[in-house]
Amino acid sequence: MDSSDSTISLLQKKQKRTYYMWVIVFFLIIFTGLGGLYYCTLKIDYTWRWYRVPQYFFFHEEVEVRTTVDGQVDEIRETDEGTLVVVEGDDGEELQYSFSSDDVRVYEGDLLFAGDVLGTFHEWRIGILLQGLWLTLKVSFIAIIFGIALGLFTGLARISANPAFKWLAITYIELIRGSPLLVQIFIWYFVLGTLINTMIAQAGISQVPPLWFGVASLATFTGAYVAEIVRAGIQSIHRGQTEASRSLGMSYGQSMYHVILPQAFRRIIPPLAGQFISLIKDSSLLGIIAIRELTKATREVVTTSLQPFELWFVCALLYLVLTFSLSMLLQYLENRMIHS
Amino acid sequence: MIEVKDVSKIFMVPHQVNALVDVTENIGRAEVVVVIGPSGSGKSTLLRCLNRLETADKGHIYIDGVDILHPKTDINKIRAEVGMVFQSFNLFPHKTVKQNVSLAQNVVRKRSSGEAEEITMALLNKVGISDKKNVYPEQLSGGQQQRVAIARALAMNPKAMLFDEPTSALDPEMIGEVLDVMKTLAREGMTMVVVTHEMGFAREVADRVIFMDEGRVVEVGTPEHFFKNPTHDRTKLFLKQIL
Repeated sequence: MDSSDSTISLLQKKQKRTYYMWVIVFFLIIFTGLGGLYYCTLKIDYTWRWYRVPQYFFFHEEVEVRTTVDGQVDEIRETDEGTLVVVEGDDGEELQYSFSSDDVRVYEGDLLFAGDVLGTFHEWRIGILLQGLWLTLKVSFIAIIFGIALGLFTGLARISANPAFKWLAITYIELIRGSPLLVQIFIWYFVLGTLINTMIAQAGISQVPPLWFGVASLATFTGAYVAEIVRAGIQSIHRGQTEASRSLGMSYGQSMYHVILPQAFRRIIPPLAGQFISLIKDSSLLGIIAIRELTKATREVVTTSLQPFELWFVCALLYLVLTFSLSMLLQYLENRMIHS
Repeated sequence: MIEVKDVSKIFMVPHQVNALVDVTENIGRAEVVVVIGPSGSGKSTLLRCLNRLETADKGHIYIDGVDILHPKTDINKIRAEVGMVFQSFNLFPHKTVKQNVSLAQNVVRKRSSGEAEEITMALLNKVGISDKKNVYPEQLSGGQQQRVAIARALAMNPKAMLFDEPTSALDPEMIGEVLDVMKTLAREGMTMVVVTHEMGFAREVADRVIFMDEGRVVEVGTPEHFFKNPTHDRTKLFLKQIL
């Protein structure tokens, strides 16, 4: 009895030791990788300038206030909102310029020409990286909404007995899944975009901006994959559920809406999450049709700042923030649906 | 009430099977008919043809005088009038017991939620499961689930009830509680067609027993005739095997 107990505890000890040894191995590999990377950048004399990165998120901009007319400075006065400069134009008209400033560059009685600087003030602006991040988020969000709608209808059409619906769905899904997204973006922008914009120009309506062709390409691309996910989800629901609901007198639509789809949705949330994460990452391709999303924004910043290492890491990290939050959100939804 | 005339059905997949061959049968109002037969004899197919879960290839089926195989017949209306209970219960797992029973009342019968609630609770009382009204099906035993399924079908005020091997998926100790509910229904004058292997139920409750084999009706008779003096050799063999 005693001897067998001690044998077991010895075995457990050994298993524990092995476990912690491999935990240490994990951290060793990670830190060696990072250290190696840093060492290599030292070897090529790369200077890390992380302090230059924040300005691409927010920056303090100096804004110049200029007079719009020729004339004379009539009065300079401090008010609650800052400095008020009153300019009397040559035609007798009085113009007031108000800004919060510690830097007024004119005196009362100065003669001015239109475009002369009256003073400057500082203002916080949103940097190009944050703008890009916002655009990525916006494009992805709209594309996801349209993608869900398109995927739901296509998925239902795919399993329909009606040959028109079914074959349309199959054609659409196969076309989209069989060609590269990059090519589809080009087709949307250069072919369909040209057609649509030329036609509506002839009708005298204003042009559709590239953003919407980007959204359309992502939405149609995602829709095809969502359709297959929806189809698999519906088909995974046992046939008895349809038979039970139909035998109660429910129509096909009622049975789908009340019985089949609510059950299917719980099962398709995990694969949908994966699809939406792909969509966010795929939106990085939209830079090629002049949509300044996160990747394109980073590329522009890299060309001006010449700090590619920091910026590409930051770019990747920002995508990670988006995809990770989305996956957390969907996990939360999934849990809530299971417990409700 | 239910008229079946020269009905045939052939399954092509996975291989050709003559599931029903020229079946003709009349089932009267308030009659309880038990269909028995070896597996693959077409008894379930016959039952499923009666509310068009399967479509007969040939022949006519009339429910209350309405030809359910006629293209102009609104099958959803017929199905609401004919309740069905399945071997595997097929309760809606995402809805509570109460919601399972009330869903089709709201959606198909368009009853107000107050009215549906009243009927639901009366039926749950009847099948003896009102204390589980807010529970999800997965938390119930097989017998309890089947009783909820019966209540769900009854909630439509059907003119007839079809039972497709309602006790075959149950543990032996739960068969009784389901059969008791069915016996009550039979006593109350419900028209019932029951596919089952429960010979005790057939003997006690059935007005008529139909024996099927290879898609054909081999023998029809009262339980006494059927269990004491079966005329057909195939019937005798079957009864010898199962009793």
